[in-house]
Amino acid sequence: MPTLRSEVDTNSDEYLSNLAHNAGMLKLLEDQLEVARAGGGAKYMARHRERGRFTCRERIDLLVDPGSAFLELSPLAAWGTDFTVGASVVTGIGVIHGVECVFIANDGTVKGGTSNPYTWKKMLRALHIARLNRLPVINLVESGGADLPTQADLFVPAGQLFRDLTQLSALGIPTVALVFGNSTAGGAYVPGMCDYNVMIDKQSKVFLGGPPLVKMATGEVSTDEELGGARMHSTVSGLSDYLASDERDAIRLGRQIVTSWNWTKLGPTPKPVVDPLYDPSELMGIASADLRVPFSPYEVLARLLDGSQFEEYKPEYGTSLATGWGTLHGYPVGILANKAGVLFGEEAQKATEFIQKSNQVDTPLIFLQNTTGYIVGKSFEQGGIIKDGAKMINAVANSAVPHITVIMGASYGAGNYGMCGRAYDPRFLFAWPNSRTAVMGPSQLAGVLSIVGREAAAAAGVDFDEAKDAARTAAIEAQIERESYSFFMSGKVYDDGIIDPADTRTVLGITLSAVHNNVVEGRRGYGVFRM
Amino acid sequence: MQKILIANRGEIARRVIRAARELGIRTAVVYSDADADSLFVQEADEAVRLEGTAAADTYLVASLILDAAAKVGADAIHPGYGFLSENADFAEECVKAGLTFIGPPPAAIRSMGDKVTSKEIMAANGVPTLQGVTVTDVSAGGDAQDLQAALAGIGLPAIIKASAGGGGRGMRIVNSADELLSAVESAQREAVAAFGNGTVFIERYISPSRHIEVQIVADAHGQVAALFERECSIQRRHQKVVEEAPSPVVDEAWRAKLLEAAIKAARAVDYRGAGTVEFIAGNDGTFAFLEMNTRLQVEHPVTECITGLDLVQLQIAVARGEALPPEAMNPTITGHAIEVRLCAEDPAAGYLPVSGTFDLFEVGGDGIRVDTGVETGSEVSPYYDSMIAKVIAHGPTRSAAAGRLADALSRARLHGITTNRDLLVRILRSPEYLAGDTTTDFLDRVEGLTAPLTDEPTHRQHAVIATIALAARRAADRSVQPGLPIGWRNNRATLEIVELKGEGDPIKVAYNLQRGAPVIEVDGKPVIVEIHSAGSELVDATIGGVRRRYRVHLTGVGGLDGALVDGVGGASAFSVVDPLPAPGSSVPAGGLIAPMPGSVVRVMVAEGDTVTAGTPLLVLEAMKMQHTITSPGDGVVTALNVTAGTQVERGTVLVELSDPAAE
Repeated sequence: MPTLRSEVDTNSDEYLSNLAHNAGMLKLLEDQLEVARAGGGAKYMARHRERGRFTCRERIDLLVDPGSAFLELSPLAAWGTDFTVGASVVTGIGVIHGVECVFIANDGTVKGGTSNPYTWKKMLRALHIARLNRLPVINLVESGGADLPTQADLFVPAGQLFRDLTQLSALGIPTVALVFGNSTAGGAYVPGMCDYNVMIDKQSKVFLGGPPLVKMATGEVSTDEELGGARMHSTVSGLSDYLASDERDAIRLGRQIVTSWNWTKLGPTPKPVVDPLYDPSELMGIASADLRVPFSPYEVLARLLDGSQFEEYKPEYGTSLATGWGTLHGYPVGILANKAGVLFGEEAQKATEFIQKSNQVDTPLIFLQNTTGYIVGKSFEQGGIIKDGAKMINAVANSAVPHITVIMGASYGAGNYGMCGRAYDPRFLFAWPNSRTAVMGPSQLAGVLSIVGREAAAAAGVDFDEAKDAARTAAIEAQIERESYSFFMSGKVYDDGIIDPADTRTVLGITLSAVHNNVVEGRRGYGVFRM
Repeated sequence: MQKILIANRGEIARRVIRAARELGIRTAVVYSDADADSLFVQEADEAVRLEGTAAADTYLVASLILDAAAKVGADAIHPGYGFLSENADFAEECVKAGLTFIGPPPAAIRSMGDKVTSKEIMAANGVPTLQGVTVTDVSAGGDAQDLQAALAGIGLPAIIKASAGGGGRGMRIVNSADELLSAVESAQREAVAAFGNGTVFIERYISPSRHIEVQIVADAHGQVAALFERECSIQRRHQKVVEEAPSPVVDEAWRAKLLEAAIKAARAVDYRGAGTVEFIAGNDGTFAFLEMNTRLQVEHPVTECITGLDLVQLQIAVARGEALPPEAMNPTITGHAIEVRLCAEDPAAGYLPVSGTFDLFEVGGDGIRVDTGVETGSEVSPYYDSMIAKVIAHGPTRSAAAGRLADALSRARLHGITTNRDLLVRILRSPEYLAGDTTTDFLDRVEGLTAPLTDEPTHRQHAVIATIALAARRAADRSVQPGLPIGWRNNRATLEIVELKGEGDPIKVAYNLQRGAPVIEVDGKPVIVEIHSAGSELVDATIGGVRRRYRVHLTGVGGLDGALVDGVGGASAFSVVDPLPAPGSSVPAGGLIAPMPGSVVRVMVAEGDTVTAGTPLLVLEAMKMQHTITSPGDGVVTALNVTAGTQVERGTVLVELSDPAAE
């Protein structure tokens, strides 16, 4: 397989200015991650520790295999909202005794671990990942149930969580609840729906209604322990399978439960891992600070693929999109990477063929997005760009091999769809901090609205207020700029996280390994292709 | 001689096997149950089990040895050292059984076995001995002149000891003839006061004293080879620790006298075979006969090193009736050799013997000879001598040999059992040793020898190295995600923590090795570490500005239970503290409930009783079966809710236990 040769000059002005800009973006990301880690803030963290409890991330760190990786998902959920960054829950993929699992851990320091609409969105996303990739689920429960003031946005969709848990079980995907604290009201159904339950003596509390609610409902006087203590559930109700003496004991039991599954991954095993020839951290200087400046996907691939080896498919055709095969952390992958941003008919056709071929040989696909969308214009419309774009979208939508998408820069227009944006249900989707996702670029969108406004004025025969238009255009541009910002998209859980470009290879390695828990099999038949 | 039965074990059995094999002679050994898996049993051509473990039941039972010899058809017995090697009756029985005893004639063993007799024989044959005079009473007067005459025969300085006593009471040292009378008188007064008996004994006082011995080999043809002296002054509890040849203080003239005395001693008892004549000596060249060891000595290798002779092969040759070869009769000294006795013992704890298993046993190097009975994985039983190896260095000079030996010992990888390695290295590197100031009081006199070689900062460095090696092993053994950076996080909340238990307090190492410069904290303090290469066997790292290569051996299941680290600064052994409790180690406290409805038949505890896991608490009868309720853990009975005869429902709390952890 040919080896990519990097031509990046790490002393060039371009490299250094990209590096400076991306480092600044990364700093912003780290600041927000710090906010997420701080949970409910210093006061509630301190109170939590005074009660002898570990934080949710400490629990995860003790639960996973020493030295193993933990990929936290959606860490910026609820960014840009009134809720705490991270949405009072930690989700992610970690390894217990060599078994890759999805973790869902309530952050008990944020409003008692109660769930707001973003919490549920983030948890449901984690369960969706568990289902698609056949990953066992470990819940680290410490939640007072719904955040009642937001119940209107929460109550109805929240029920899906319990449905998902039991459907996972039915699919042969084990689910575990380690109950570290309250798991009350609706939250009680998390242990209720899980295959395995561990409760901690004098700490776990699992009931539908607490003593005040019971008193209100039936007049019965009762205690927490009688209604939902760990010992009661372990010895009387039988809801708990294991009674742990403390948090460490619960974590030990959680690890022990996983060993009992004799878990086997269904996908092919990876080949030996070979490092790339180039340092992945150089991606920080390669990714353009200015999204209008395209950058070479070969420089990216030289820092992602094993041995920097890439076998390009159709290199002379549809040259605005690079397609080809390589190996990443030992897994064979097909790559689709934007080169010059815009997608023409040739690129769409090439992508269609490439996706079909990858399905034919059961090879997972990696989409590296930096696209401004499909070409527009008379000759292109007449040449059938819609049909070509439709073929690509058809191929992506019906492809059955695992897809993993990374938004490196621009993700505009139907290019987002064709390159397997979130709506195309990739197994995982990550974004670099400097990326933007929107129907089109902010200035284009504002300009379009301005033209439309001008035409409407002309048609109505009224005067066009230039000053007003300029102000409105600027306002719209600012709004789109804000709403296409990667953190904003991540806050809405439209991706699985913003990642350090230098970590891309590692994140792809973890997620490729995760997808191989399930069968890796391509689509053999396809929808009708509009020629 | 076709087959030798070796009536010994450990390194000396292997030593004899090696010599015999070079001569084309087969070997058989006997072994106790404790030695069933030992190296010497594996190396011998044949082996006969001796049931039991204690020496008195096995290696010391002459009849069992002779039976074994008959069983394997041996025609000779090599007794090694210790055990039956100086047992004249055994030697006699061997001969009676038609076996060649590779050792001296029984008569020589016998005459040298008795201290009084041997001294008399030696004195009669012109070998210097420590002569003494017993003085019953001088206060009667008139005997002063006799005393002076006696002193002339003894020499100065002299020591006066109470015959009845001990503990230094009544002891006087006399440095000049003038002091003699008053010293004897005061010693007698003190002896009377202390023991009611004024009898004192005057003999030559040699202090500081050295232990110098001469190796001899005599054949049946009247030849006696004197293979120079060895000095073995450094001793603890009368056991030699460091031995060397030649002695650092013996010059040519002195040596000639020593060898002459040794040859006289051998001839006096019609000696045959290898033997050692031991002398007590002063720094001034005086020496006197102590005893003769009628066997091969532990420390024989130093003589072999400097003479190039194989003493075991010479023993066999003599036993076969051959004449000593010219090279034995005209030996020369080449360089200097030093031997140390590596023992499974704790010098800091009064040389307490230690038993256990060697997780790692690697010792050697250029110019280093190692005679040992153990290897990595060997078990050291508490039944026999604590010596596990002799490490010998041969060099052109004494300082070269000492340096080489200290270096080899400090590089040796000895883990799993405490040894005296650090003490040996400190002795060999001490200015006193290097100056040849090796007298029998060496270990009492020289301070700081029992301090461990590995200091606290090095130990902490080793904890860092152990952490890195453990992480490398875990990374290498990953069943999924094999190529990922160690402990990678995209949102790091905590550092990974490993708690290592070694000497002293456990050390907590917090670390993150994921990319670029590793972050490492030892007990909360940051340590700047650059890792050049990290494996589970070798870690090459710069700590504190110095790059070193550390050798690591990981122990336990999957190599994750412990780490043995060896570096230039010493050695550390760590076990990994599991951050999670062992199953069942923390059973929740609280009430014990009735598993089914029934009646209490019997109650075995009372409130306030301390119980341990498994203690029967009460017996419950249900459905014609009796169920014993036992304590799930350690604790105190805080409440007893039932008595014999109480009918209980399922779920009734019978007994409440306290949480022992909370107390």
